[in-house]
Amino acid sequence: MVSEEALWKALEGVMDPEVPVLSVVDLGVIRRVAQEDTVIHVDLAPTYTGCPAMDVIQKRVEEGLAEFGPVVVHTVLDPPWTTDWMSEAGRAKLEAYGIAPPVGKASDKRSLWAVQPTVHCPRCKSQNTELISLFGSTACKSLYQCRDCQEPFDYFKCL
Amino acid sequence: MKWDTCDPKAAYVLHLADDALILGQRLSEWCGHGPILEQDIALTNISLDLIGLARQYYQYAAEIMGDGCTENDLAYFRDSRAFKNHLLVEQPNGHWGDTLARQFYFDTFHFFQLEALSNSTDERLGQIARKAIKECAYHAQYSAEWIIRLGDGTEESQAKVKASLAHFERFAGEFFVPSDVDTQAAEKGWGPAVDALRPAWLEKVNSILTLAKVPSFNESTVARTGGKAGIHSEHHGYILAEMQSLARAYPDASW
Ligand SMILES: [Zn+2]
Repeated sequence: MVSEEALWKALEGVMDPEVPVLSVVDLGVIRRVAQEDTVIHVDLAPTYTGCPAMDVIQKRVEEGLAEFGPVVVHTVLDPPWTTDWMSEAGRAKLEAYGIAPPVGKASDKRSLWAVQPTVHCPRCKSQNTELISLFGSTACKSLYQCRDCQEPFDYFKCL
Repeated sequence: MKWDTCDPKAAYVLHLADDALILGQRLSEWCGHGPILEQDIALTNISLDLIGLARQYYQYAAEIMGDGCTENDLAYFRDSRAFKNHLLVEQPNGHWGDTLARQFYFDTFHFFQLEALSNSTDERLGQIARKAIKECAYHAQYSAEWIIRLGDGTEESQAKVKASLAHFERFAGEFFVPSDVDTQAAEKGWGPAVDALRPAWLEKVNSILTLAKVPSFNESTVARTGGKAGIHSEHHGYILAEMQSLARAYPDASW
């Protein structure tokens, strides 16, 4: 029998393919991991419904836990994944990597509709930034530009 | 007809799925053709969200229908008459203003539809909607901002987007005309009574049109209907031809 602690530890080494500094634990997509009989069950919450990285993430989770026994990954839609589940360590890693972490909590969906958060530049920390496009290189990011250092940067948007 | 269904719940889920798939397919036509890179990426991201949502619905419909049915059978091996999407989503992309006007009407409807589906008596539909509405909020924000930018933009952009908005009014009306499948879904509490979504939709649409300095939605425009009954415009066949030809020519093809 493998302890849950050991399984979580192993998952900390499983990285997101699109944001390679974040582990699946940092990202908050692992909702449960436990061994029942010999089989390891993992509940995985997809980030975005159409995220093409989810298949790769699932495969990496299976590979990352394979040494402990057969792995079954269950996709759980409800409650839906939210950026609120991203760890503090994950947020710090994102910023160091040059991606502004989600600002505030993903609150009421209606308030998402029209309110722009103040996003600070991950490089020079200036608050003087502007939104270039709501959709960036992947569905989870928006594109911003810093008006002070002029650098464009990705913002991991609240969901 | 192959993979057509008489089960009212499967029919309702297919209607939801077909909207997401056909619009997702339409938006994917912009891939590599966007006016600038950021907007090309934005539309393809929205397309991806919609196709992902379509998959959730098709997987569920396939489970209800049983008999070995899969999501791929439903997307690739049904004919035009079996598709129950709204006429609006199959309309051609046209120019940028056309695409965004179509998207704006749909996203706004989709938001209120998903809000209602979040409280569905059907657990699975509720789960799917509670996930999708968060993504839809970003789509709705994006298309509304573009309507404002084009409407409150140059003389040319305003004239074009005004014409686009007026052109799609006749198709937007279909959202609120219940089909038999809609009515049954509303009775069972699976989904909303679509005519009841109209006031909230109209209020939101008009608030954006006001900011865009273009005329309000003309409520006297007669709605074109038929999509939800499988009677489509000629555009529909061309979409299916492009989308389905590979799967039909090589039925067991895999990546
Ligand atoms: Zn900066």
